[in-house]
Amino acid sequence: MAAPLIHFKNIRKSFGAVRALRGVNFDLQAGEVHALLGENGAGKSTLIKIATGAHQPDEGVIEMEGHDLGRLGPAAAKRHGIACIYQQPALFQDLTVMENIALRLDPPSPTRRINWNARKQRAIDLLQRVGAEIAPQTEVRELSMPEQQLVEIACAVGAEARVVIMDEPTASLTRQEQERLFGIVRELRNRGVGVIYISHRLEEIFALADRVTVLRDGESVGTLLAGDIDETRLIRLMVGREMEQLYPPLRDAPATEDARPAALQLRNVSCAAGGVRDVSLAVRPGEVFGLAGLVGAGRTELARVLFGLTPADGGEILVQGVAKIIRSPRDAVDLGIAYVPEDRRRHGVVLELPVAQNVSLAIHRRLFRGGWLRFGAERKLAEKFIAQLAIKTSGPDAAAGNLSGGNQQKVALARWLATEPKILILDEPTQGVDVGAKSEIHRIVRQLAESGLAVILISSDLPEVIGMSDRIGVMRGGRLTAVLPRKSPAETVMSAALGRGDEGAAA
Amino acid sequence: MKAFREWSVAGAFGVLLVVLAIVAPSFFQFQPLLSLAAREAPSLIVTGGMALIILSRQIDISVGSQFALCGVTAGLLAGQNLPLPVVALACILAGAVLGALNGVLVAALGLPSIVVTLATMVAWREGLRWWRQGQFVDLPDGLQWLGMPQQTGQAFVIVVALVIFCALAVALRKIALGRFVYAVGSDEEAARLAGLRPRLVTFGVFVTMGALTGLAAMLNAIQSPQVDPKSGTGLELRAIAAVVVGGVAISGGRGSLWGVLAGALLLACIAPALTHLHVEAYWSRAIEGSIILLAVVADGIRQRKVATK
Repeated sequence: MAAPLIHFKNIRKSFGAVRALRGVNFDLQAGEVHALLGENGAGKSTLIKIATGAHQPDEGVIEMEGHDLGRLGPAAAKRHGIACIYQQPALFQDLTVMENIALRLDPPSPTRRINWNARKQRAIDLLQRVGAEIAPQTEVRELSMPEQQLVEIACAVGAEARVVIMDEPTASLTRQEQERLFGIVRELRNRGVGVIYISHRLEEIFALADRVTVLRDGESVGTLLAGDIDETRLIRLMVGREMEQLYPPLRDAPATEDARPAALQLRNVSCAAGGVRDVSLAVRPGEVFGLAGLVGAGRTELARVLFGLTPADGGEILVQGVAKIIRSPRDAVDLGIAYVPEDRRRHGVVLELPVAQNVSLAIHRRLFRGGWLRFGAERKLAEKFIAQLAIKTSGPDAAAGNLSGGNQQKVALARWLATEPKILILDEPTQGVDVGAKSEIHRIVRQLAESGLAVILISSDLPEVIGMSDRIGVMRGGRLTAVLPRKSPAETVMSAALGRGDEGAAA
Repeated sequence: MKAFREWSVAGAFGVLLVVLAIVAPSFFQFQPLLSLAAREAPSLIVTGGMALIILSRQIDISVGSQFALCGVTAGLLAGQNLPLPVVALACILAGAVLGALNGVLVAALGLPSIVVTLATMVAWREGLRWWRQGQFVDLPDGLQWLGMPQQTGQAFVIVVALVIFCALAVALRKIALGRFVYAVGSDEEAARLAGLRPRLVTFGVFVTMGALTGLAAMLNAIQSPQVDPKSGTGLELRAIAAVVVGGVAISGGRGSLWGVLAGALLLACIAPALTHLHVEAYWSRAIEGSIILLAVVADGIRQRKVATK
């Protein structure tokens, strides 16, 4: 076989203490579609960013047809014919299609005269080649998401890209648009372009890929030929790791047997704006209900519905057995629902306010009757939670922004525990948190459940969601597609999240 | 050091006073100082309101026009021989209504406050010109200094302004609503996730700003026999300058009214101080500008330090 078109050899990359890639080997032949598969956080995006020159690897070599590319920056990647089509097209929304194409393809030259006719003609040609019926003078903001993707692909074709990376290109496409995209991918392959295809949807991989490489925890754990692929094997490769972390023990009797009414029950809850469809579930006091699923499966969106941020437009929400309408976060708080948002969004705490003020922020009406702040009471409350949750801070007066991620997360948790909630929704509570703080948060969550809280735990970390939950709901495309018993094998959860074997697993 | 910024502005003000005491002791004469303070008192109130606005991550550049409109309204009502409390109340109410209009456009429609208040600034100013044709409004005889002797009247104006300002400062620190202003200003989404109602807070801040402007216009009107329909020109810029110099972050959520008080005092004294130091008056604007620039640069450097920590 000829030297591969592009070859990543033993790529390693760390961000601070996080080892994103710890030895990835990946090669792509000309005229091949090579799929890249892996859980959230397995290192796919980091690898793409290295391929496009956005990040430089700490170790490892990138070769193109046998030649070491050396230090690869964005300009060099472009020069070597590496193009990437992101899930969210990175086009200039206010410029027209032809201007966007020109910006990508023409070397920047501020003084040269623009030949508008040539630009327009080229845009027409390229759009035709990818089968897009888009007028070149259309402003990009008027285009739909799939149309914008086509423009991106047209740019890649125009640049005569030899390596085209597609990052979940079908995430927002309809069936028909998918088919057209597949046609374009095959067309690229036939012309000798190498395509790196990233997708969570196994059926696409079966339909398109010549080979599949699986990433897990920043390592390439296997490359399979299309003929050898079978579902079970792929899924096992993706999740096949030992539970490297110990989780606090689950209680003996599953809380599901509890005679009390569910703390929270959803009946066919939908929200068009949030993309939540027809979700029914019940969470009992003392239970940790895990919500697994891929990024974008609708878990955070469901949490936002329950907390009144994007109110439901269909179905029924019952709190302690009584139907309630939740229109705003305040309604939710009044019903005893607390929501600790994803740390990543950095809206869990107000960074500029001191710890004490962050803790009291959601209970002003209770802590400060009449509206006068009582600093003593506030301080005492904050000190109680600092001790209880082992928050590492110089004191209640330290600005929350000065704390580490894990401790900020604990402050956010403290704020909601201060409301004495009945239902606690945790959205990725341990994301970006170091290992020590992570197991502390696990211990706290377990204690809270044992004290009678109903906990909904959203997590993309499979071992976490399996190790912590009494039951595991799996979401996919805005729907709750499966509810699995505690300690379900990771393979089962992953196949439900990927949309395989829904029927057998639903409980 | 805690509140370093507030102390450094207060320190600069102190240095200015010491320099004046040594070089130009003539500055410290009772009557001119009293007049200066009374003249500046209304803008101190506006500055207090502006601090609320900026803390909540908004801006209001229509206060100068509101000020003129409220003043003229008060003058016309006083001309109808309405009792003084009614006139004062109407003036404050007029301001609150104008503020509420800004507030609705910003909070309910989600429009950027700089654009909204730019529009209302021009609208009120030009509307007033069209309506009054630039005519001064004569006030009835008893109204100037509320019929008190001038010195008593001036003292009254100063006391009212200081009391209002202090009340604002205390409220901002001691009342839950004040804390909401900080929370909304530093992270609106986080405030919403905490169950607060950021839009209501924003609306309330604009109404407060308007009411305070109305009060300031009243305190200004009673200082002269006539109301100038062009009064308040440039007031918004002076208020914003004092707030920024006083250490309130233009990005909201950070700063205190004590710093703003120091900033307002410092800026108010620059021009008269220069006169006493025999520096040409046209330097005063340049020096004020430099102080503002210095304050912003200091904030920028501090922000960078925080960001890289």
